[in-house]
Amino acid sequence: MPVQTEAVGKSYPPVLYAVGREKVREYAHAVGESDPVYLDVEAARAAGHADVVAPPMFCVVYSAMAVAPGIFDPDVGINFAAMLHGGQEFHWGPLVIAGDEITTQATVKEISERDGRGYYVFESVSKNQDGETVCTGTWTNIVRGV
Amino acid sequence: MTDFTVGSELPVVRVTPDKFVTLRYAGASGDYNPIHVDEGFARQVGLPGRILHGLWTMAQVARAQTEAAGRPQRLRSLRVQFRGMGLPEHELVVRSTVRESSGGVAWVDTVAEQDGQQIIRNATAEIALT
Repeated sequence: MPVQTEAVGKSYPPVLYAVGREKVREYAHAVGESDPVYLDVEAARAAGHADVVAPPMFCVVYSAMAVAPGIFDPDVGINFAAMLHGGQEFHWGPLVIAGDEITTQATVKEISERDGRGYYVFESVSKNQDGETVCTGTWTNIVRGV
Repeated sequence: MTDFTVGSELPVVRVTPDKFVTLRYAGASGDYNPIHVDEGFARQVGLPGRILHGLWTMAQVARAQTEAAGRPQRLRSLRVQFRGMGLPEHELVVRSTVRESSGGVAWVDTVAEQDGQQIIRNATAEIALT
């Protein structure tokens, strides 16, 4: 069965995420970060930040919720049981700091088929409360046996 | 700051994820896919047990770059391919080599291996040097 490509270009509702200090610390601990700018408010302030800094990969926390509706969208048609996370790309802008409010919008960027595999690529664009793009993500999911 | 001239190797990051890291990462990230948190489910679908989140492993690759660069804002972009699966309680080794450096930006090729297998490969980090 060929992949259906009609959903390319489709966007999903923006998702607002309020970055909390303890969530940043929980994330930093879970991935083994030890830089005090992520963990200690005083260290973050001494380094010139208003509050603790989110590690770059914290982008997953504020942007994945915006991408999820696309993965489950019947118009996209991903067979979730056969899906692999094939690749991931992030580009970062200004740092995200506890207290920031991040809005992320996801779009279906590409749907294609090669060698019996379906490639479903989503893009997420995350902006802070000042309208600056803090992260752009490209999420590649591969479905075997399409 | 680490030497980012072409051909330099960045400090190798070695980490052995403990048995419950996937549970903590699920809580921290919100990704509760049962292949990461439910031992019985993981085995039922043919996996050796609960597997690491790919994005946790990618976070180790990112950490190797930011620790070498000295500041998180120097990591401008990171692109990875996931292959195979990562397992708790097996040492993960992140190796990084500077491929190109020009205009104040270094391009670093990086891989993450477990038991000699690359579970992240063809990965490239972009590091701002100034």
